[in-house]
Amino acid sequence: MKTSFTVNGSPFSLDIDPRVTLLDALRDHLNLTGSKKGCDHGRCGACTVLVDGRRINACLSLAVMHDGDEITTVEGLCKDGRSPLQSAFVRHDGMQCGYCTPGQLCSATAVFREIADGWPSHVSETLDGPYALTREELAERMSGNICRCSCYPGINAAILEIAEEDAGHAEAAE
Amino acid sequence: MRPFDYQRPDTLSGAHGAARDGATFIAGGTNLIDLMKLEVMAPDTLVDISRLGLDRIEPHGDGLHVGATVTNSDLAADLRIRRDYPVLARALLAGASGQLRNKATTGGNLLQRTRCPYFYDTATPCNKRRPGSGCAAFGGEMRNHAVLGTSEHCLALHPSDMAVAMRALDATVELEGADGTRRETALDDFYRLPGDRPDRETTLSAGDLITGVILPAPFGGRQTYRKVRDRASYAFALVSVAATVRMENDLISNVALAFGGIGTRPWRDHDVEDLLTGEAPTTALFEKAGDILMKDAVLREGLEFKDTLVRRLLTATLTEMTQ
Ligand SMILES: Cc1cc2nc3c(=O)[nH]c(=O)nc-3n(C[C@H](O)[C@H](O)[C@H](O)COP(=O)(O)OP(=O)(O)OC[C@H]3O[C@@H](n4cnc5c(N)ncnc54)[C@H](O)[C@@H]3O)c2cc1C
Ligand code: SF4
Ligand code: FES
Ligand code: FES
Repeated sequence: MKTSFTVNGSPFSLDIDPRVTLLDALRDHLNLTGSKKGCDHGRCGACTVLVDGRRINACLSLAVMHDGDEITTVEGLCKDGRSPLQSAFVRHDGMQCGYCTPGQLCSATAVFREIADGWPSHVSETLDGPYALTREELAERMSGNICRCSCYPGINAAILEIAEEDAGHAEAAE
Repeated sequence: MRPFDYQRPDTLSGAHGAARDGATFIAGGTNLIDLMKLEVMAPDTLVDISRLGLDRIEPHGDGLHVGATVTNSDLAADLRIRRDYPVLARALLAGASGQLRNKATTGGNLLQRTRCPYFYDTATPCNKRRPGSGCAAFGGEMRNHAVLGTSEHCLALHPSDMAVAMRALDATVELEGADGTRRETALDDFYRLPGDRPDRETTLSAGDLITGVILPAPFGGRQTYRKVRDRASYAFALVSVAATVRMENDLISNVALAFGGIGTRPWRDHDVEDLLTGEAPTTALFEKAGDILMKDAVLREGLEFKDTLVRRLLTATLTEMTQ
């Protein structure tokens, strides 16, 4: 079945069996192997990609369902060399084997937007917003990304550093 | 995964046309694709309903109409839901993960299948997956199972958090039959008990499409959703409660309570609410409410803990809300 979408800004057209998941389309058909397959059942978050700016599990979505969508994978986050978030992961030792890292990076990128959009989380004290990315908020919002090497201290430190920098910039701009 | 035909109509009539020939709808796909990979479900035709324009939240009388393909994320973030139906926002935020909620839809969440491990394991007997084959939970491990509304054929839980809150809110499901006729079913009448046909989970007929959920006028009062689980996040409920309470002159004037993790469907028992209504809040009263809630519970081996857990949750929640 013919399907077209853009990945990291480039248009792609595929003729694809409807059984192919978005994850397999990216990895096996477009050779974008940054997105990882950990569980293939929505339980680990290694396959997290952004669709129209929102994070999803690419393993639980069919490629044909994404006709016309704009998809961003980890490769798209570092088009101009290493992104500030990636550098922070390196600085804070936010990985060991690195298998979960692409999903962590995509997920964190989406979390920044969810915070900016004033989305509440399970641990938010009120539903009114706005919300700051505290350690507790971060742990809850990133709970869909499992790290088998348990590098959570480094992952959290890296994401919090970028969140604080962004908050600093926002304040300076005001 | 078995081969299937994929269609993506852009009109409701197009969806019905496809469904008349026995197709399965797909919305977010977060449950269905999982089950198709395991070949627990093997539809011949998938009809993608994500582009039918059912993704809006609109005023409906004094309440709201939530389109069937509104995502769990968008529903939880909607300012009207946060202000007027906080128990629903809280239940949604307590479910799954940020990624999954971005795909999971209102209709799909209502119709998600159980998380009974044997239902997912095609090597074991399961009356829900293959009617008449038996139930592997008997003689197997019982933990993630129900204690109310069960039968000797099945004791699978309905796993949704959202549906529990909607039941406390007296929500109504809006449906369109394959011939295009619209009808509404109260959520109270939507789910069936397993009896001897646990494969029949709802009162839907073949080809029925959920077009939306109607929330009645805001209840006001205090609202909360509390979920107890094995880990702090990203896990299904062991037990949960959706509660809305209004107080007047220090008496409970109005209360609705629905429970997850204990019933074969999102559980609500009006006898519990009748006992509480008009009374002064005391621990003794809440404990009596627990007795009524659990009077018909069947605590099979491995599930005894749910009795203690849900009673404590009920008492703690009502204590907090009536202070
Ligand atoms: C790892 C994991 C953790 C999870 N944790 C939780 C949790 O803690 N709490 C919780 O509540 N849920 C949880 N979920 C379940 C999740 O909420 C559901 O998978 C999701 O809500 C299903 O919605 P969907 O749109 O993706 O449905 P789909 O997978 O698209 O469909 C599900 C079923 O509904 C039918 N259907 C869908 N829409 C319609 C419609 N409009 N009319 C008629 N039929 C329709 C489909 O045919 C299918 O049978 C979890 C899921 C995963 C994978
Ligand atoms: S409890 Fe129900 S779903 Fe689980 S194995 Fe038994 S019949 Fe199947
Ligand atoms: S591979 Fe998609 S969630 Fe694990
Ligand atoms: S670094 Fe190994 S799984 Fe996270």
